[in-house]
Amino acid sequence: MRFLEEDIVKVGVEVTSAEGAIEEAGKLLLQEGLIEESYIEAMKNAYKENGPYFVLAPYIAIPHARPEDGVNEASVSFVQLKEPIAFGHSSNDPVQLVFSLGASSSDEHLTLLKKLTLLLNDTNNINRLMKATSYEDIKYILELER
Amino acid sequence: MMIKILTVCGLGQGTSLILRMNVEQVLGEKGIQADVEHTDVSTASSMEADYIITSNELAESLVGHTAKVFLVNNYFDMDEINKAIDENIES
Repeated sequence: MRFLEEDIVKVGVEVTSAEGAIEEAGKLLLQEGLIEESYIEAMKNAYKENGPYFVLAPYIAIPHARPEDGVNEASVSFVQLKEPIAFGHSSNDPVQLVFSLGASSSDEHLTLLKKLTLLLNDTNNINRLMKATSYEDIKYILELER
Repeated sequence: MMIKILTVCGLGQGTSLILRMNVEQVLGEKGIQADVEHTDVSTASSMEADYIITSNELAESLVGHTAKVFLVNNYFDMDEINKAIDENIES
């Protein structure tokens, strides 16, 4: 199980589209072998087919696909976008914080979602994530939640 | 009889589970007994429930369902979830 460790977090990422943002967050999981390339395609297809419903709150998108689309280990990566990007959501656009979820069918999946929910239920944490300029800032926020 | 609530997202994997956790927390605080399940939008269409909670982006696909469908826009805003439940769920 992997949750927002340094090698799967990137701040100040420049992208020009929602697909680009999904790719960047997915690439972090791919580089670590946590997902297969097919999973990134599946996340982009899910966006195409079901729309931007995974923009769960103002500024926050949680792209994901199904475990069978190519997940090796339950995981959550994070990309903070340098410039906000519109995903086409009716009330939560634009997006600046992208958490890519490598969904598994194990108990770890539930544990990861609980950790993520706990983190994002606090608007102070969201503000801190928006302002973070390095992994140190992110680590600080995660330590507060422990 | 216990009320049955579905939280619904596109795939039934991630976001509906997040919403379920926060809905269960709010229901718990209110002392409302309910059976809450999370699922994807196409499975939800053929499931029985008293209430369906989902986002605006998916509600269209659930028009015509026998359950009362209501929306939450910010899944991490406990005040919004609280209010939506107060306004929509009779207990």
